[in-house]
Order: sequence, then structure tokens, then C-alpha cells
Amino acid sequence: MVATFEPKTDYKVVGTRPIRHDGYDKVTGRAIYGGDMKLPGLIWGVCVRSPHAHANIKSIDTSAAAAMDGVFAVLTGADMPKAESKLVDLGEGNINFKWASNKLMADNKVLYKGHPVAAIAAVDRYTAEEAARLVKVEYEVLKSITNVVDALKPDAPILLPDLVGDDLGEDVTNTNMAAHVRHEFGDVEGAFAAAAHTIEREYNMQMVHQGYIEPHNATATWDEEDRIKIWTSTQGAFPARTQIAGILQVNVSQVKVTPLEIGGGFGGKIPVYFEPLAALLSKKSGRPVKMVMERTAVFETTGPTPGARMIIKLGADVDGKLTAATADIWFEAGANPGAFIGPAAMCVYAPYEIANTRIDGWDILVNKPKVAPYRAPGSPQVAFAMESAVDELCEEAGWDSLKFRIDNASKAGTRRGDGVLFSKIGMEEVLEATKESAHWNAPLGDAPAGKKRGRGIANGYWFNIGLKSSANLALNSDGTVQLTEGSTDIGGSRTSMAMHVAEVLGIGAHDVRPTVGDTESVGYTDVTGGSRTTYATGYACWIAANNLVEVLKDRVAVLWDINKDDVDFKDGVFSSKAEAQKTIGFKELAGKLGDLGGPANSTGSVDLESAGDGFGLHIADVEIDVETGKTDIIRYTAIQDVGTAIHPSYVEGQLQGGAVQGIGWALNEEYFMTDDGTMANSSFLDYRMPTSLDLPLIETVLVEVPNPLHPYGVRGVGETPICPPIPAIANAIKDAIGTRLYNTPMNAGSILEALK
Amino acid sequence: MHPFAYVAPTTVAEAVAVLTEHGDRARPLAGGTDLLVKARANAWELDAVIDIKNIPELMTLSVNGDGLSIGAGVPCYQVYDNSDVVAQYPGIVDGASIIGGIQVQSRAGLGGNLCNAAPSGDGIPALIAHSAVAHIANSSGTREVAVEDFCTGPSRTVLEAGDLLVSIEVPKPAANSGAAYTRFIPRNEMDIAVAGVGVYVVLDDSGQNFVSGRIALASVGPTPILASEAGDSLAGKPVNDETIAVAAALAKNAATPITDMRGTVDQRKQLVEVLTGRMINKAVERARG
Amino acid sequence: MTTKSPGKIHVTTTINGQEHELLVPPYMSLLDTLRELIGLTGTKEGCLDGNCGACTVSVDGRIVDSCLVLGAEVNGKNVDTVEGMATAEGLHPLQQAFLEEAALQCGICTPGFLVAAKGLLDNEPSPTEGRIRHWLAGNLCRCTGYDKIVRAVQKASS
Repeated sequence: MVATFEPKTDYKVVGTRPIRHDGYDKVTGRAIYGGDMKLPGLIWGVCVRSPHAHANIKSIDTSAAAAMDGVFAVLTGADMPKAESKLVDLGEGNINFKWASNKLMADNKVLYKGHPVAAIAAVDRYTAEEAARLVKVEYEVLKSITNVVDALKPDAPILLPDLVGDDLGEDVTNTNMAAHVRHEFGDVEGAFAAAAHTIEREYNMQMVHQGYIEPHNATATWDEEDRIKIWTSTQGAFPARTQIAGILQVNVSQVKVTPLEIGGGFGGKIPVYFEPLAALLSKKSGRPVKMVMERTAVFETTGPTPGARMIIKLGADVDGKLTAATADIWFEAGANPGAFIGPAAMCVYAPYEIANTRIDGWDILVNKPKVAPYRAPGSPQVAFAMESAVDELCEEAGWDSLKFRIDNASKAGTRRGDGVLFSKIGMEEVLEATKESAHWNAPLGDAPAGKKRGRGIANGYWFNIGLKSSANLALNSDGTVQLTEGSTDIGGSRTSMAMHVAEVLGIGAHDVRPTVGDTESVGYTDVTGGSRTTYATGYACWIAANNLVEVLKDRVAVLWDINKDDVDFKDGVFSSKAEAQKTIGFKELAGKLGDLGGPANSTGSVDLESAGDGFGLHIADVEIDVETGKTDIIRYTAIQDVGTAIHPSYVEGQLQGGAVQGIGWALNEEYFMTDDGTMANSSFLDYRMPTSLDLPLIETVLVEVPNPLHPYGVRGVGETPICPPIPAIANAIKDAIGTRLYNTPMNAGSILEALK
Repeated sequence: MHPFAYVAPTTVAEAVAVLTEHGDRARPLAGGTDLLVKARANAWELDAVIDIKNIPELMTLSVNGDGLSIGAGVPCYQVYDNSDVVAQYPGIVDGASIIGGIQVQSRAGLGGNLCNAAPSGDGIPALIAHSAVAHIANSSGTREVAVEDFCTGPSRTVLEAGDLLVSIEVPKPAANSGAAYTRFIPRNEMDIAVAGVGVYVVLDDSGQNFVSGRIALASVGPTPILASEAGDSLAGKPVNDETIAVAAALAKNAATPITDMRGTVDQRKQLVEVLTGRMINKAVERARG
Repeated sequence: MTTKSPGKIHVTTTINGQEHELLVPPYMSLLDTLRELIGLTGTKEGCLDGNCGACTVSVDGRIVDSCLVLGAEVNGKNVDTVEGMATAEGLHPLQQAFLEEAALQCGICTPGFLVAAKGLLDNEPSPTEGRIRHWLAGNLCRCTGYDKIVRAVQKASS
């Protein structure tokens, strides 16, 4: 479905900042998150996890655990249904049920440290944990692969012996390379030969984690008629249902997923982990089973986003026009294929118009957790490489890097690196807003003794997605509206949905009561991810609201005994086209429905092919202690084309939150791996996410270039803001100390090294 | 976590009796911020935890003519909220103020920090610099151990089965003395020291010359380290950049760090030199009032 | 005094102003005591090692990580959780400010931030931005970048 709009501007609700509907429950502790689930007779499940990153399982003895008092059920790989090897689209990434099943519970081989080898359900969590310690597993330890270079060596141990890799369309076996893709257009070699300035650099990045504060969890019952009910924190009840059914080899209609409140996801709660295991434990025990993941396991076995090796080459003419680019991108997939090289290719050159480009991407298996989407998966990595290279090219040629970004900016009609043509986009408007921003026009200021300051900028891009969403409306007799929508709400989206409905119906945001539906109360809806929720589910809500207006016009026609086509509706008031003084308000009409045909309900759904691209630019000011290498962010501004901000506070929040995740990634966050494949820093103590004390206020500039694909001009905003921070900080560090860093994290140790 | 019993004695004798009975399968519980983490991670398998917070002498913080007495269970916040301690022992306050966040400081104390014996224990270097002494009780009586001799390795101390740390006694600071502690961490709070340096200096009446100095280091060896040569080098020297640089270089030499996820050998040695210089200057500033 | 008893500990404690008599397994955390025994699930589990602050509660007026306190330890003490912040008169000013300033996104860290911030404002009614950031450094938020949280605490102060 593709429609285009000339979005209106005289909004009553859109652009205001009502208190979020779920806010009261969340500030009082009443909101029920996944981990808060209770059921009569509930027991607890835990996993027994591999201490090795790569090993063959020689034997498992669960007898002592099973015999322990209070233990109800024990599960091993032998109990997992045998899922077929088939790729299914989850909206933001694909899933192969065979591998997904094996990721949750090892069969005969463990592929990453913490890989579950058994699961136990017991009367309480403490008992289950004690029982888990009684499971005896014999391993034959294999050499671990922890980076893409080692993975591709001829003598590298092979993680998945039955993997058939795809090398530009050719099948490859006995390999750790799951895929190699290429995008190429123009005359790349010729353009480089003719370029006045070229630069080629290599960049390396460690894996990082989404770092949501709520651990993964699931509660399940498997009942007598083989119906499976799941309560969980998920970014999509329906995609979770697809995965659970696929892994358990049952029909989707046998699975009901009720999404409880979710404590952060950032992509990492699209994959399921505990849901199928809790269901199987419930089947074995006949009891409801709840599982909550320990933090170490969250780090060791869920999430991360790919570590990367990237080589970028750029060519420009004498006038500072980019003419050629190549990118070679190796991403770590973890223990199963799927490293987001596709999105990386879509994003790497997106902010720039370049006539001749080539991209090669490789999806590589390593003995680390299978990667999961993380806020613009693949884009922050390539943004670090590309935006660093752009600045270095400008330094070498003596060009102003903001002017260079303006001169080479993408616009409608620019061809992206993967061949797609841009429609209406806001890159140029973002760059103009940057030039006029308070931050850009403020001096950096003098550093105190012993410190140096620098300023850096960088672009960021995410394509945003559309996909499927559904919403239902029911009108109450007091003129309020019940909204049931299918997108789980991670950051206030429920209120944005209600605001779409309220804007159409001419009522207040709080006259709409939004609820996130379970898989049996609303139509199919894709994940809360891809920056699609406000865009696509909001669109579905807009359709549902317009459909409700149509239903109500019928009722007004009955009331006034006129033709429906003669009923008008504007700003919450129905009127007669023939007799302008004849009007009835939305709320008044709602009270009369009992005599006008009864309940008025409506539904709306979308399946959107495209979404409207998101561009942003960040400005980072850093101050570096040259004796310790410590970097402090002293001022930070995020500028982004947000289309139309439905609820500006939560749009700002997306920009601020994304920026700070990027700041953490830039400076300190990393999977610090030992040679045996152990993550040495698998706690919040040593996986150093920024605290409130590490940051200034994060300034935002919302640039509104309405998206013609959405009735109110919405563009997805959530993912773009994690892309600019890493290169913006790299460029700022270079500005401060005169030395450029090519690897993340750009921590104090690396800065001290660079200063030597 | 292995299920353990909980006992809450009200006297040292009772606590020692339980400790003696269980050997290394019982541990005193003060703030719990290390103990419960280790028990949960199965690093320690315990049959009993002994809550010491109902034993009055272990919960007493007092400043008097003899010095400062810190009961083994006194939490950090009581140290930095005590105006006498802040005035006379600012180096110890520096350490107590940065162990964990506010929540942890409500529970964790210097006694537990010492018994946990992490090389990175932020509470320990300033105690060493101040020549503090640990008072230990067991079933046969009490004994005293200098804090610099208390830790014998990572998570290892001089405490034997049945031993209970009762208090840490810090001598009254000399006239014209000053102390300071800092650490380097990648963030600004909630982190383990990459390197830490505590300094105690005594100046002469002019404030222009060092009478003596003690320097202790964290996170650059298997235990917190007393850098004797570095501290001793200050004695009798004028307060100037050269004197301080010499001491800082000696402190760097005393550091024997490893490379791990928190930092490299070179980085840690450089940090020791930098932080030693900064802390001597800060201690001098405080000594001069 | 017995040390061999695997039995539960009798605990009398006041939670949000209401006295509770409990039998608590000796190894059970205060966090689980609140969540599992009493049903106060507003206090959240994030890391179980004192590094995220999601489980922050107040014990006798001092904020603590309830994952690092045993339920047995709060015998005779006053425990305050997020559920006790609002009264019949309405929300606590911090709760209202968090809503108005959009200081939560997913909301899982919010109870811990609210209890921690209350611990600050109860003793220091007008903290600086720097003091607020320092006080809240033991509470991790991954969604907001802290900007709106700091602004909300500022709004509720003075």
C-alpha cells in the first residue's frame, strides 16, 4: 500500500505534549512488566549453561537434579522439537527456526559461552538454581573463534558443519562465512583513477549490547488442549508468536502471546529466548512456569550487535565533490547467521550523493552470542567508518567538513548505495539547521590546564520500515474511545497512537484510552522496531479513526433522516451539508448510539512498503585529560529530520536516548573477550554504560520535513540518533588531540596510546 | 546460591563462636554488597552469614584524642557524613565517598572493603597511608594487624577461621598533615579503579617542606600496595614539582599491575605516576589548610 | 542461638507505613521479599549485583539496592518503596514531574529513580544539576539519556 499525503498543519492534538496514558501506572509501581507475572501454582525455570564457548557435548546427566526435592521438570536438547531449516521474515531481521531452536538449547554442540544445555523447573527460583548446579555435563572443548579474521582462516574450526554459505550466489560449504553480498553501480575504478583526493582506512569495532535494564523473561502455560499461553516482555507479540510456534512446531493459533509491559529492548527483545523453554517446562510439569534471566546471561547469551571490521575508500574531485566510494564490511553474526550486512549496505553512503560506489558485505560466524537487532542494526558501525573517513578526507584536502557534507548531501533522486532512489528526504534541511544551531555557533571555549577540547560532527541515517499494523476502535457512550493496537509500547508509543485517533475524531488525547492488545484481541502487527511504530501503527490508527467517522456518519444520517453523503465531519462536529446550522458533536452523538444502531466500532490495518528515510547530524564537544586519557562530553546536540513530531517530548527522548547509547558505544562499551571466548565484563559494573554523571544535558533540534507517505507526515525517529555519536566523538577526539582513532571503544587507554 | 542460615549476634563473642563453628563456610555480613554478590555467583558457598550490625562495637564510629575508630560494620555514608572525620581525615572520606553509588554507600563500609581484599578497594589506600591498624578478635583474644599487611592476595587476608574484624583504628593525624585519595575510572562513578593512589603527608611549620609521607596504591598489584620508597622520598624535601615528580616516579616503579579488561600495564603505571603527583599536591593543599 | 536451622526467619517490618509479619527464607533478598512474599512488584530486578539501581528502596530513610539486602535484615526497620510514594491526596511531586517532563520511556528504571530521587530531596530540597547527577549515578537508565530525568528532579525540587 502506497499513498502520499500533503500533510495538514493546523493540528489540535498532534504536536502537543499530553501526559502518557500508561504513565500513572509506571510512576506508582502498578504497571505489570514481564517479570512481575504471577499465576496460581507458578513455578520457576532456570537454564543450565555451558561454561565453554565452543565444545561438543559428550554427555548430560540430569538425574541428580531431577531427583531433588522441589524439582518438577528437566529439559535438554533432546526434548526440543526438531524445527525445519527455513528462513522467516521478522520485520527487522530474519529467523531460521532450526538455528533459533538450537540457539535456545544446544543439541550436541555448544557455540557460545552460556549456551543453554538444560533447563529445570522447580518450586522456586532458589531451588531451581540449586538443582541446576547438580546437572553434570561432559564437554570436549574446541578452539573458539572470537573475530572475523580468525573465522575466515583456512584452518579455522567450523561452527556449523551443515552451514551452506552464500558467496555472491554460489554455495560454499565447510565455512564460517554465511553470506557475501555486493552492491555496485557506476564506474568505480574509473572514478577513483580520476579522483583528485582519495583516502582508504580500516576501522574495527567490538560487539556491544543493547543494555536494557529489564532482563529477558517469560511465563508460560501449556494446557490440556495443547494451547500455549505466553506472557512476556517482547517487542512484538505477533512476531514472538511466529517464533514460538516455529520453534515448538505448532500452529500459530495454538499460541497466545500476551505482551506485558517491557523494560527496554532496542531490538534485543525481538528474538525470543525463554518463551519456548518455559512452554516446554510447563508441558512437562503441568504447571505455569516463569523464567527471568540473570544479568550475566543477558550479556553472554542475548542481544549484542555485531562487532565489525570495515575498510572504506573514498574519492573526491578537486572541488570537494565525492565521486567514488568502496566499502568492505565484515560483521560478526555470532553463533548463527544473520549479521545485518544488508542494512549496513543500505546505510553506509546514504547521507551522500556518490555516482560510483561498491559495497561488499560478509556475514561471519564466531563463538559469541547470536546478534540481535540493536537500534539501526548495522548503521552505527558503517557510520563510524564512513563519517570518520569523510572527516579525514576533508582534513587532508583542507575542506570544511560541514560544507563538504552540505555540498555532497543526498536529496530526492539520490541513489543509495544499494541502488534505491530517495524520495522526499531531509538531509539538506538537517545540515541547514546545523549551521543555524546554537551549538554550532557557540565557541568551544578554552580547556582548563592539562586538558584539550575538540568538536566533531557526523551524519547518521536509518531507512525506517513500514510493514503490517492493526488497530481496533470502540466508541463508548460518554464519547471516549477505546483503542486496541498491536504495537508493544517501549517508550510512550501508546499515547502517540491515541493522539492519531484523537486528531481525526476532534477529541482530546485523553478521550482515547489506548491498550496494547494480545495476539487474540487485535490483528497482526509487526515488531516495535525499525522505527516503524508511530509511522505504521499510527497510520493504522488513523485509518481506524477515519473508518469510525464513516460508521458514525451512517448514524447521523439515520438521526437526521438524510443521506450519509450529506453528512460532513470536521473538528469533532458532524454537520449537514444542506443545512449548515444542523450539527451534532462527537460526544453528544456517542450518547445517542443506543437508538441509532448500537455499538460503533471500527478497525484499521496497513501493510506499508516504504517508510520515509531518517537523517540526522550530531555535534559533540569533548574535553580530554591528556595525562589520563579520560574523555568528558561537555556539550552535545542531536539534530534530526523527524517528519512531524506527534508527541515532541517523546521524540526528543528518542534523540537523547539514542545519542547517549551511541556515546557509551563510542567511549567505553565493548564485549571484552578472552581467547577462550569468555566475555570478561559481563556485568553492569564492567560493561560501562553511561550514568547520569557522565553526561551533559542533550540538546535536540527537531527538524520537521513532513513525510508524504504518512497522513500527518511522521517519520520514524528512534534509530537514526544512535548512528552519528560514534563518528562525531571520533572526529571531536581528533580535533582535540590531533590523532585519529580507528577502533572502538575509544577509551582512556586508547587515547593514552594515541598520545604517545 | 547455596541456601545459608542467617544469624544476628549482639556480641563479638557470639559472632566469633559462629565463625569458629563454621570455618570458611560462614562469613560476616556487613553491607552485603560484596558478600551477597559472591554468594549469588557461587564464588562462595556458605552455610551461614553472620549479620554483625547488631554488635554495638562493630557499629561505632568515633573521633577522639587518640584518633579515629571505625567499627567494622560502619557504612561509608556515616564516615563522610561525620564532620569531625571530614575535617581530620579527608583522604579516608575521599575513599568512602566513591565506593559504589549512594545506595551502596548506605550499606558498604571500610571494614567490609578491607575484608573483601580486592586490589582495587578504594577504601584501603588512604587507611594504609594513615598507618591504620585492624583490630581482630577470635576465640582466644584480640590482635592487631597493620592495614598494609592485612590483604595477602586478591580476596585473601590475614583473617583465619574464627577471626572477626572488629574495628579499624586510625592514629590522630600529625600537625600540618594532609591526606587525599583518588582513582582513575573510565566513568565518573560506579566503577572499579583502573589505578588508585592514597597519600598522607606531614609538612613542617612553614608548610614549605615535607617532614614525612606515606603513599599507597590500589589496582596495581595483587593487593593494595604501600609504596614505601615513594613516600619516604618526600621526607625532608622541599615542597616543589621536582620532589613530587621523584615520588610519583617511585610510586610508578612500585606498581606491579596486570593487563585486563580494565586497563593495561602501561596505562596503569602511567596513571599511578599522574595520580600520585595530583594527590601529593592535594594533600599538601589540605595540610596547609 | 542456633546456626544449623535451615528454617525461615521471623521478621516484623514496616513497609510503606504498614506493619508486616513475615517468615523469610534466610537467604532471600529484600527484593524478593517485597516482590514474592508481599507482592510489591513495583521494585524491579535489573542486575542482582548492585550496579543498576532498579531495585532501589529506602530502609530507615537511606536508599539501598534491595537485591543486596537480605529480607531478614529489615526486622524492626522501616522500608519504603515506590508503592508508598503517592498518597490519597495524589502523586508525590517527583512522580508528577516525571510524567510532565516525559522522564520515562520504558519505565523499568523509574521506580528506582523515584525512590532514589526522593531520598535526595528529602534531605536536600534544592540540589544543583551536578548534585542530582551524582546522587543518581547508581541508577542506570538506558532509554532517556537522563536529560529529562534530571529536569524532572529539578522541577520537583526547591
